[in-house]
Parts: sequence; structure tokens; C-alpha cells
Amino acid sequence: MAVCIKRAADMETRFKIAANGTSVDETGVKFDIADFDGFAVEAALQLKEKEGAGEVTVISLGPDTVQETLRKALSMGADKAVQLKTDSVPADALAVARVLAGELKGGGYDLVLFGRMAIDAANQSVGPMAAELLGVPCVSAASELTIANGRGTARRELEGAAEVLEFPLPAVVTIDEGIARPRLPSLKGIMAAKKKPLEVKPAQVGESRVKVIKMELPPERTGGRIIGEGPAAVPELVRLLQTEAKVL
Amino acid sequence: MANTFAFVESRSGELRRVGLEAVTAARQVADATGGGDVHALVIGAPGIAAKAEVIGAHGADVVEVVEHPGLALYSPDVVAATAAERIGAGSYRVALFSASAQGRDLAPRVAAQLGVALGADVTAFEASGDAIVVRHPVNTGKVMATLSITGTPVLLSLRPGAVTAARAPRTARVEAIAPAMDPASARVVPKELRAGNTAKLDLGEAPVIVSGGRGLRAPENFKLVEDLAAAFGNAAVGATRAVTDDGWRPHTDQIGQTGRLVSPDLYVACGISGAIQHLAGMRTSKTIVAINKDREAPIFKIADYGVVGDVLEVLPVLTDAVRKAKQSH
Amino acid sequence: MTDFYAIDSALSEEERAVRDSVHRFVDERVLPIIGDCYVEGRFPRELVPELASLGVFGANLPEEYGCAGLNNVSYGLIMQELERGDSGVRSFASVQGALVMYPIFAFGSDEQKRTYLPKMANGEIIGCFGLTEPDYGSNPAGMITMAREQSDGSWVLNGAKMWITNGSTAQAAVVWAKTNGDKDERSIRGFVVPTNTPGFTARDQKGKLSLRASDTSELVLQDVHVPADAILPKSGGLKSPLMCLTQARYGIAWGSVGAAMACYDEAASYACNRVMFGKPIGAFQLQQARLAEMLTEIVKGQLLTLHLGRLKDAGTMTPQQVSLAKRNNVSMATDIAREARRLLGANGILAEYASMRHMANLESVYTYEGTHDVHTLVLGQAITGLSAFQ
Repeated sequence: MAVCIKRAADMETRFKIAANGTSVDETGVKFDIADFDGFAVEAALQLKEKEGAGEVTVISLGPDTVQETLRKALSMGADKAVQLKTDSVPADALAVARVLAGELKGGGYDLVLFGRMAIDAANQSVGPMAAELLGVPCVSAASELTIANGRGTARRELEGAAEVLEFPLPAVVTIDEGIARPRLPSLKGIMAAKKKPLEVKPAQVGESRVKVIKMELPPERTGGRIIGEGPAAVPELVRLLQTEAKVL
Repeated sequence: MANTFAFVESRSGELRRVGLEAVTAARQVADATGGGDVHALVIGAPGIAAKAEVIGAHGADVVEVVEHPGLALYSPDVVAATAAERIGAGSYRVALFSASAQGRDLAPRVAAQLGVALGADVTAFEASGDAIVVRHPVNTGKVMATLSITGTPVLLSLRPGAVTAARAPRTARVEAIAPAMDPASARVVPKELRAGNTAKLDLGEAPVIVSGGRGLRAPENFKLVEDLAAAFGNAAVGATRAVTDDGWRPHTDQIGQTGRLVSPDLYVACGISGAIQHLAGMRTSKTIVAINKDREAPIFKIADYGVVGDVLEVLPVLTDAVRKAKQSH
Repeated sequence: MTDFYAIDSALSEEERAVRDSVHRFVDERVLPIIGDCYVEGRFPRELVPELASLGVFGANLPEEYGCAGLNNVSYGLIMQELERGDSGVRSFASVQGALVMYPIFAFGSDEQKRTYLPKMANGEIIGCFGLTEPDYGSNPAGMITMAREQSDGSWVLNGAKMWITNGSTAQAAVVWAKTNGDKDERSIRGFVVPTNTPGFTARDQKGKLSLRASDTSELVLQDVHVPADAILPKSGGLKSPLMCLTQARYGIAWGSVGAAMACYDEAASYACNRVMFGKPIGAFQLQQARLAEMLTEIVKGQLLTLHLGRLKDAGTMTPQQVSLAKRNNVSMATDIAREARRLLGANGILAEYASMRHMANLESVYTYEGTHDVHTLVLGQAITGLSAFQ
């Protein structure tokens, strides 16, 4: 199995825009495996444990800082890691998918997992694009996944409904909320990660047709108005909802 | 003059509102760039062709219809291949999809098949220049990115609700076309569509959301949240990660960073402290009401109207008052 | 806690990963229950298997004994994060690792190491350290627990120990006793005593107002007969238990920084949210002065322990250096906890806030593992060459 992961900022951060106006200021920001990608790593580890066999390779595109992210996945229990080395991750999801597909092709993976979307760029595109480039079936945003006898069954959440799909392996699946919470790396796992193979390969990043021209902070939400205490505040609340907010 | 393409999402033989949003957006592009037709594609089981008129009523000049008994359910391989074929066959500058659950699966597949760029989940876009410029919330909505996308065509998926579906009646020419591949040979096989409680409004569409957290103290107390939602009449019920992790509510009800991102007109947070990962999911709601017994709870900082009190005491009284207010209308 | 002095950049990736894992464990598993445990006076024993699989026990002992094999800075970071949760939880880990597993590792036979260490690492066997006695705290040399050798090489132990963490839940007790009359401190040896040995009883000490989420017991040994192989063969003299204490005190120097961080974080967050006279209380000068003082002392404490850890890893750390760190950091942490409690106002007396719990706990940490005053005299002697102990 392979899991493609991205290094992303901790979303609890109070973000600031960098001086260049086209990126987020990274000073003092903590980074980790992007949220959904962590679910994907955990899903892969659980499948491996259930089967009692299988190897999990984690792959990440980016500069050397992603090695720490890859090692976190190794400390959770992944077996091997590959860094596709490049200075910066393109904003064009197709360009990212092309690099990843290039690495995944010929890897002999029965299953390639992605997080449903990168929590930072939030395009939700790289996984399905990579699947198309690899020419393998894909189910995106799986909230349930079972694999048996070379076939998979997945559930996807829709608006007010859910769909169930079946597919043959090899396949790409992108992982949504609800499958697994990432395990805590044990201290022995952290030590073991140092001995697991982490290969660094130069990435051939092609043309990117999406460019960031501006990043900005949305207007601050003003709030903090306490209108009263306990049930006694209800009449005033209803009045405000009717007359001021006009939602009632 | 280039035409504009719109994919019209449907489910169980009915068009979805987000599909008409895509058509409206395409109509806006066509009008703004001074010409070119709007071509809409709809795919479904036999009978879906009857919906072409509604699509035309929203501004499509041509409605391409694919009807096939094997396409009653969304079949990703077939729909993606067909959309890619149609887009590739025309000369489109922009091809629009919805960034709904289906659209976020479909649009990237099509983009990869065509080898073109996709601007995903955009809240606004400008198609008049050399490049398409889009706005797209990133970092759980804490940052707004403006992106420029080049190439032809450019695919865009629109955040549901970013464009309001509007009537712009035309007499559309309807073309029946065949799917790009035989549905029976699709590798990914749709097996089932499990409708949720169809009486329940979906979180992504409800104008009002009433949401509950740990402050409700026990799963049974969610009844009070449901009662308030029922009193509003047009409300859906949401939950925090804390209570979905504990199994009080299904994961699909979770509003937050890795759950649902919602933007209703009114969000009522009941017994919710306001953890950052929850705020990420509802911060863009138009009006936020918070009820919590802890005055220092972070939720109050973003609430437009805060009530400090025991949610178990306040909710029944509020439900009653809302019911009365609705009746007197 | 902001990394105000970029101390993270002085840690290796592995050390940061260790710290982050334990941090997350404390956030997810300890903090939600520890306030209630403290009020109930109960140690959260259900966390022991989880702490064990995380690898916290004897974390700086070698992998061949089932331990994580981490360096001493990592060990310190573990203690820091555990005590950010509660001093009682960190005490459990300190006892298990530094006061039970360490003496077996340092003074035990190969067979004792193989028998006990892996099972203590995975939490199957909980241990306790029996040194302190009802009348002999700061002066362990005066202990009167005796071990009399029998003709067949076995031993009979008699005596009482007090203030023993984990005493009532331990399966094995490392007991220190004199083997040659009650005046000869050079005759002190260590014994691994299974607590189900007839004559061994442990009873919880009640009525504690500090370290309430921890089991503290009296041990009574009445003609406790243990086989010859119960003795720790390489132990000898007061030096042996003191070496164990040095290990534990090292961990406590880090742990107390964690408690201080928890109080500071709580106070800083409260100061920014609590509004009085129309603005957050953090906008007022007196509260800012409190917070500035806290941050400064924490940063100093962090740098002290980090350097101490590097010295320990280099093999050059001295017990006096540990005394300096333990004394300083526990003292500053007790002050920070108290100031945080005060900043929190009336809310600060509630168990749902951590500061007063830490404040009460830290009084025990100030007193145990060598009181503040004892460490003062250690430093005084190191400086002047003159003993002021008696």
C-alpha cells in the first residue's frame, strides 16, 4: 500500500500573511501530517494489521522539511518513506498529481490512499487526478472502506444521503472523516522510525497552470455580545433575531 | 466566441439545485464575455430528459442529455468520461461544475482526463481576462486565496451557494447523446444510494442549523436540540466532534475542520465551547447564537448573540418562543 | 505555550516527536479526567497500560529490556509533559522508571533485569521505592529498617517505610535496609521484595491535600522472608539509593517546568478572555507583570534542564548540578502556580481550573526527593566545601 501525505500547518494557528502577499507566514507555525492524510495513514496501518501482512510506503512531495512529516508516519508504523524533493508544492493540483503518479506507477501498489483533501489547499483534487493518470479505479471521500479478495467496498457521504460503491484492486481511495483517528506514535515507534528507509528522490515538477496571486485574511468576525443570562434572555434573543438579524 | 459548459448534477431523476447554480454561472460568463452559448450536460436514467426544460429556463442554449438505465446511480467512470468527451469536443473557455460531494469527485477526474487545470471550490470567479481568476477559501477558511488559472479550457467547481440559481429563460435545443463508455464496463460500480432521513434537511442546504455539544451533558438531551430545529421548521441538526466521537450523534452530523463546513443564515450553538476545529466549520455563518453556561467559553467571542446559561434550561424556553414567533407570522 | 525562546530549535527531531506524542496523550487521556481524580483522591490506574504502551516507563533504559532506549533529554521531556498533566501522574512514572527500574538496571543481576525490567516497562509489574521512614526523611542514613541474613543466604526484613508512592498497588517493592546494625550506613543494601510476601503490608495514607491523584502508602515489613536472590547484588551503602534519587530528581527538574507551563498557559488564556472594567484583564499592567514573570522563569527553567540533559547524555552530570535544577525549578513552579491561581480570581479555586491543583501538588514536589532546603545545603557545601547539614 502507498499513502500520499502532505505536510500542513496546524490549523489552530492564528495565520498571518507573509510579506510577499501570496503565502501564509510560516514563522513559529507548527506543522504535521495534514489532517485527512493522517486518517489515510491510520486506515492503511489498520488494513495492514487486519491482513497480518503488507507493507505501507508513505510518499510526500516537498522540500526537506517534509522528512519530519514522513518520519512521523514511519513512527506510527509505516514501513518505508519516499521524499519527492522540490522547493515548493505547486498550487496546481494536476501538477502535483503528475509527480505523484510518476512515483506510484511501477510501485506495484494494490491500494493507494490519499486524504480526502489537503487541509490547507483544500482542493480535494490530487487523489482522483492521480488515479486517472495511473489509469486505476478511484473512490473519493470514503467514510467507510473494506477490502476483501482483491475488491473494495466504500461508502461516500452525500448531501442528505450516502452512496456505496464497489471496485477492483489496484485502486486509489481518498479517505474522509469517520474511518480512523490517527494513532499516537509510541516512543519505541519514534525510535524505530529512525532506522526505517527514507529515500530522497528529485521530483520532476512540470508546468503549473494555477498560480497564487494573493492570500488575504477574511474580515474579522465581530462578536462577543452577551445579551442576557438563562431563560430570561430568550425574549430579547427572539426579538433581536426577528428585528436585527432578520432570520426569524 | 467560446461557449461555456455546465455540468448539471442530478440525483434519483431530480435535478439538484447546485446543478442549476452551475447553469446560472455559465449564463453569467456567457453574458459577461459577450457571446457564446451555454451548453449543459445532464446524465441519468431514462426520463431525465424531461428536466431539460428547467435547465433551459436557467439559461442553457443547448442541453445534452445522456439517458441510460445503467446510470440511475452516479457512476464516476462513465460520467467523468462522458463529461470529458463533451468538453473536449467543444471549444469551451470555462467548464463549470458544482463543488458538491459529487462534483468534488467528478471535476478532478475530468480535469485529469483532459490534462487541464481545475479551480476547485471557488466562491467567486472572473472569466473576462486572459487567465481565469478565482477566489477559494483555504486553511479551513481562515485565509482567502486568489488564484489565476491558465489554459483552455479551465474547469471550475463552484462552492454550493456561491452562485444563486436564477431563471434566464431560453428555448434550449436538446440533444440526446450516448455515454462515452458502456456503463456495464465501469470499474467502479455504484451499488446503492442510501437516502438519509429525507425529512431531514441537509446541513449544507439548511438556512438554519441548531447544533449541540458536550454542554448537553447526555445524548438524550439532544432531543432539546431537535425540538428547537423542529420549531424553526427549516433547520438541520449538527454536532461537535466531541459528541460524535463519543457516539452521541453520527459522524456525518459533525461540523468542523474535518467534518462539514457550513454557512447557514443562522447557527445556534447549544452547549458548545467553541474549540478552534469546530469554529473552522461554522465561522462563516451569517448570524451566530451561542448558549453556554461558561461566560469565558471561546464561542462567545464570535457569537453575534450570546446567552450565558444552562442550555438544558434555556432550550425549552427558546423552542417555545420560536414556535410562537413562527405561528404569529 | 509559545516557544518564546525557540528552544525547539535546540531539540532534535526525535526529541520533539517524543515531546509531541506525550503532549497529545496528556491532552487526550489525562486532562479530561485528572481534575475529578484529584477531587476524588484517586490515581487513574486505568491509564497505566496506555502509559506503558506509549513507552513511558524506564524510557531512557536500553531497548534490550523492552524499554524505549531514549536519551535523557527525551526522558526529561516526557516528565515535563506528564507533569503538565499532573504531578501525581508524573510521580507514578518517576517511581516506576527512576526509582524501581533504574536500581534493578544499575544494581541488579542479569536474571533480575530479565525477570523484572520488561514486565515493568509494559506495566505488568508496578513497583515502589522504599527508602523514606516515619522518622527518617531528610536523613535516610539514619534508617532503622534492618535485613538480617540467614544461614542459607536468605534475608529477613523488618521495618517501616512511609510516603511511598505506588506502595499499595505495587507488585514489587525495592526496599533499602541496613544489613549490619542500625548505625552502619555503609551496610545499606537494596532488596526486590514481592509485595505478596507474607509480613509485607501496605496501607494508603489518607487525608492528603496534595498529590491526591496519586497513591501514597506506608509499608510495614514484619519478618518478611526473601530468598538470597532478592538482594540487588551491586548495591552497597547510601550511595545506591542516592543514585536512584539523582535520576528521579533529574526528571522532577523537567516535570516542574511542565506544571509551570500548564499554569502559565491557563493564566495567559484566561487573561485574554476574562473581561472586567470593559477590557480583558490581560490589558492591565499588574496581570501583564505576572505573566511576564512567569514566562521568564519558565524559559530559564527550560534552558537549565536542557543543558542538564545534554550533560547527562554526555555522562558528566553531577548530583549537585541536579540539586541546582530541582531546587530552582520546583521553587519557581510553586510561585508560578500560586500567581496563576491569583490571576484566575475566584474561578481559580475551582477544580475545573488546573492552577490550584498544581499549586497544592507542587508543595509535595518541593518537599520530596530532597527538600528545597536540603538541596540548598548541597549547593552550599559544593560552593564552600563546608557541610552545614548538622
